Amino acid sequence: MASSIKLKFEVPSKMKTWSYALMGIGIVSLIVGLITKGMSHDHHEKDIFLGTLMYNTIYWLMICNTAMFFISITTMAWGSWQISFKRVSEAISSMVPIFGGITLVILLYVAFSGSHIYHWTDSEAVANDPILKGKSGFLNLKFFTIWTVLIIGLWSLLGWRMRKLSAEADKAAMNGETGHKFIIKNTKIAATFLVWFGLTVGSTMPWIWMMSIDAHWFSTMYSWYNFASTFVAGLCLIALWVIYLKNKGYLEYTNQEHLHDLGKFIFAFSIFWAYLWFAQYMLIWYSNQPEEVIYFKHRVQGAYKGLFFLNLIINFICPLLIFMTRPSKRNYTLMTFMSVLILFGHWIDFYQQIMGSISKDHVTLGWLDFGILSLFVGMMIFGVSKALASKPLIPMYHPFLKESIIHHT
Amino acid sequence: MAKKKFVVGCFDEEDVLFPAVKKVRTAGYKIKDVYTPFPVHGLDQALGMRETSLHTAGFIYGITGTITALGGISWVFVKDWPLDIGGKPHFALPAWIPIIFELTVLFSAVGMVLTFCYLCQMAPFVKKHHFHPRATDDLFVMVLECTDSTNTVEAEAFLTNAGAIEVKTEIAEDGWWFGRYDKDTKLFEQKAVIA
Repeated sequence: MASSIKLKFEVPSKMKTWSYALMGIGIVSLIVGLITKGMSHDHHEKDIFLGTLMYNTIYWLMICNTAMFFISITTMAWGSWQISFKRVSEAISSMVPIFGGITLVILLYVAFSGSHIYHWTDSEAVANDPILKGKSGFLNLKFFTIWTVLIIGLWSLLGWRMRKLSAEADKAAMNGETGHKFIIKNTKIAATFLVWFGLTVGSTMPWIWMMSIDAHWFSTMYSWYNFASTFVAGLCLIALWVIYLKNKGYLEYTNQEHLHDLGKFIFAFSIFWAYLWFAQYMLIWYSNQPEEVIYFKHRVQGAYKGLFFLNLIINFICPLLIFMTRPSKRNYTLMTFMSVLILFGHWIDFYQQIMGSISKDHVTLGWLDFGILSLFVGMMIFGVSKALASKPLIPMYHPFLKESIIHHT
Repeated sequence: MAKKKFVVGCFDEEDVLFPAVKKVRTAGYKIKDVYTPFPVHGLDQALGMRETSLHTAGFIYGITGTITALGGISWVFVKDWPLDIGGKPHFALPAWIPIIFELTVLFSAVGMVLTFCYLCQMAPFVKKHHFHPRATDDLFVMVLECTDSTNTVEAEAFLTNAGAIEVKTEIAEDGWWFGRYDKDTKLFEQKAVIA
């Protein structure tokens, strides 16, 4: 049976062409954007250019990182069903160092260039502002730099260790004892990763990278909201790659049952996201404090009104109604459509979160945003396909592989 | 209610049960049900049962709850007795969503439990025949429904061949009845077959 399994993924030339084309479009729009907006004398235009880069890179970094989160939670729970397509999640998470490097450069440039995006970098403003002064304990350049480097560094390092350990499952068959040791080792690294993930994505990272754009405003829901947002999108990305590989005749052990469980995850976390969205919105709406409402004022009543509610429709109403039935989660076409829709929806979510704070009066969504998006999509396709080709597609000697093959929902 | 004749086969392995179900169905016997101590994945499909419509019912109950809550609250706060609460608009949708959600959950939960009980014919004091006491412990109990032309000896032999560790023929009440088990001993006595 094993001889008929295709373990080696070969990147189709068509895919390579597509990724180059997308990256080409991206680079052209990046250069045009840099000339027309980035080097403009108008501070506002410059901020828009930097903000566009910021939300795209943070979005893609966080999505790829949630692939490792997905591996880690299933490892911690000794879950076996995802083993048959584990290499797909691993390949996606291998983009973390690359996107992390880009994010690091952009964030440090934004913080140190004296741009107006991070209001708290202006020492004169901080000195005259009791609220910013109160937050200067962690909203300062030193902390920002060290913490950002640590966040991206440890994500990359722990993810790399997890992937390296996973390669052991390709070498030789394991007996009960070595298999047990292998699982325990996996569990330990996964646990370490999850602790760091909780400290970063679950709390500090969205605060210092994104929430600090509105330096006066704060929300305790913000980090979890962003976690839910990117986790759903990350699951959609995994589902898309799984479906693509299935279509090409790879991943023989993965079937509708696994797709159904991915669909359930997407469904559940879409609703979790909506729950956090509502918890954040309702409390602020109800208490109606000026310093809190300021965040929603221009989003709900101003220029961002359309995007704000489109966000809710795409990311909550659509998955809720469409993914409710069992056959819809087992349908490859519908899953593909919904995955693309949700990935786009959460991109819009990130857009309105970051750009809604940078350009409050008018929506800037246009060629630059889609150009930069295509740059990141191109890089993601290129990088993930390369990572997939570098390793066997199925960890043949993983102790849990059999459980994954006979998985039944 | 009518009494019927059943052939009962007990299996102790899932791996034996599934091929047995297939064999029995191919041979043309009618399976009344397979009683298992825990939910067995894939057994519904193997038995050729149609998918339950309980979740559709749940969705309808949920929607009913949503509409009831939304209609009720908005009638009270907008039409019947409008109050100024903290300067909020009368139609204060975000504040109502938790209650709408709760009522949706309440309606669908209670409705689904009652529907489930109805579909399974379960209620207080409603009694049904138990084919084997170990069906709630460690045995998968397959029950074949017999017709006038069924040869029970043959059917028993067929089940034994398919891997049953225990077989028996029983005449039992097919439906449900009201009563108490401790006072119903005479119902378990064998009587003449009606159907």
